[in-house]
Amino acid sequence: MSFLTETSNVAVDERVARTPWYQKVLRRPELGALLGAIVIFIVFTIADTTGQFATLAGAAGWTDFAAPVGIVSVFVALLMIGGEFDLSAGVMVGTSGLFAGLLITQLGWGVWPAIFVTLIMAAVVGYINGLLVIRTALPSFIVTLGTFFVLKGANLAITKGLTGTVRVSGVDQADGFDSARAFFATTFEIAGVEFQISVIWWIALTAIATVLLTRTVFGNWIFASGGDSNAARNAGVPVNRTKITLFVLTSLSAALVGIMFLLRLRGMQAGQGVGQEFYYIIAAAVGGCLLTGGAGSAIGASIGALIMGFAAVGIPYALWDQDWVSTFLGIILFSAVLINITISRRAQGGRTK
Amino acid sequence: MTENTPDLTPIIEEAAGHDPAPPAADTPALRLDDVGKTFGSVIALRNINLHVDPGTVTCVLGDNGAGKSTLIKILSGVHKPNSGKFRVQGDEVDFSSPRDALARGIATVYQDLATVPLMSIWRNFFLGNEPTQGVKAFGFMATKRAQHTTKAALLEMGIDLRDTNQPIGTLSGGERQAVAIARAVHFGAKVLILDEPTSALGVRQSGIVLKYILAARERGVAVVFITHNPHHAFLVGDRFYILNRGRMIAEFVRGKVELEDLIQAMAGGAELETLAHEISSIR
Repeated sequence: MSFLTETSNVAVDERVARTPWYQKVLRRPELGALLGAIVIFIVFTIADTTGQFATLAGAAGWTDFAAPVGIVSVFVALLMIGGEFDLSAGVMVGTSGLFAGLLITQLGWGVWPAIFVTLIMAAVVGYINGLLVIRTALPSFIVTLGTFFVLKGANLAITKGLTGTVRVSGVDQADGFDSARAFFATTFEIAGVEFQISVIWWIALTAIATVLLTRTVFGNWIFASGGDSNAARNAGVPVNRTKITLFVLTSLSAALVGIMFLLRLRGMQAGQGVGQEFYYIIAAAVGGCLLTGGAGSAIGASIGALIMGFAAVGIPYALWDQDWVSTFLGIILFSAVLINITISRRAQGGRTK
Repeated sequence: MTENTPDLTPIIEEAAGHDPAPPAADTPALRLDDVGKTFGSVIALRNINLHVDPGTVTCVLGDNGAGKSTLIKILSGVHKPNSGKFRVQGDEVDFSSPRDALARGIATVYQDLATVPLMSIWRNFFLGNEPTQGVKAFGFMATKRAQHTTKAALLEMGIDLRDTNQPIGTLSGGERQAVAIARAVHFGAKVLILDEPTSALGVRQSGIVLKYILAARERGVAVVFITHNPHHAFLVGDRFYILNRGRMIAEFVRGKVELEDLIQAMAGGAELETLAHEISSIR
């Protein structure tokens, strides 16, 4: 009966071709976003009337827009790969900025302790989101839509109740403001051009998320939880713990951006962040994340955010009507997702459905 | 996408003529004595006796609603029996979750729920058993090692896949089942429970799976093959149990049973004859 286990007589199947290098490239989920980014960059460079778009100064402009979007998008992407949505990520930016701002201005806390407690608050909100999704087995779309509206109302009511206005201001008087600002909201110079420090945070977090996703055990669990949670459970993957962790990470990334805005603007509007959640989801989807979970990339989401930066800066530079920015992003979303799906079907090797 | 055996028939025929079951070992890998299971007022299983030896294929045959799923769930730790004794390697056990069963070396491969289609073959192979390297707390996966081990372990079972990086969804149904079987064997399963592994597959694909069932058997694994297809069971089985309406109605041993006996026993003998008569009168 050795015929079954002897490796020497394993017939080489003549129908299996070696995987060509280009197919490996085509299999990358961020390819569609990268090609899109190149095309859009070229279009805006040509349409540019200021001569600034494709310069270092232009780069400082579009990365300034892209970094805060990108930081959250990367973690929204991980969550989407894990098979869940978080619509409360945008309003969480406002909630955490206001929360830290109120701790500082109303209770007289130092900036650093306020930041620390704000991050804990954000982690708790993320944990509650995750727990509600797991326990109720409702779609995370509904659960986090609920969280979104609860927080949106609370932001406005509490801010107005405590300050009498819709803005928290005066945080720059507090202890530790300058050191915190130097860490979260300063600028740095490249060849005489000022870049926001958030760009460094964005690049670093994209790298960390990419390693987490592709090189760690937890990353394997993210793919499995989103790809097929039943099969993952059968194989012994702690699916619930994985998803809850992803909700916490998303909420923390939103809090980080909220703190950055608070320190940079020396205050916070009650409506800050509302509407941003769609930018994050667009960036993740443009970057190759499947809306059904199980596939995607953190780098792709970052490229998606970069495309938004191109549009935000490129459209006024081209002297086009700014009111069309959202329409432009909608078209980008639609075409990028179409391209991604077409490419991935090709790369699956003929098994198109 | 490999099917290593361009022509399957001789292998399956040879397999069909394989040696009769080795003499029963002293301690069976699994043993059920008078096991029963009820759900409220519904009696799903009653007085089930089952004996599974290492290095054999034990087939449990039954039609829809016979109680096959309940039996699998008891063996794999999902359900607890209400009565009777469940022994693993001679020790009486009381599983409260599939993890307990896994810890005793009982692995279950479910028909559709075995692999994650979008993930690569090696990621699927190591899912839940990921090898780590470096600082343990960071949980870095030893990806290169995992890829090599996957390829080697699959080759050992006679599965040749060039690129373990391709999504497992690009493989055929039979190959996916084969990878799931190889995975269970690689991670030291002593008992392998297969839930209808061939039911959704064509003839060739079923042949592939049957071949790997025998490969697992040859490595000393006790295979429990649950199916409603007596043809498939007859090709690979050493012992056959027929389940009908929650009862074990017959037990056969390889060499002392013909395929017709299995079909007859499954269909409930007289019922099939009546049916055949009715059909012939219609035609």
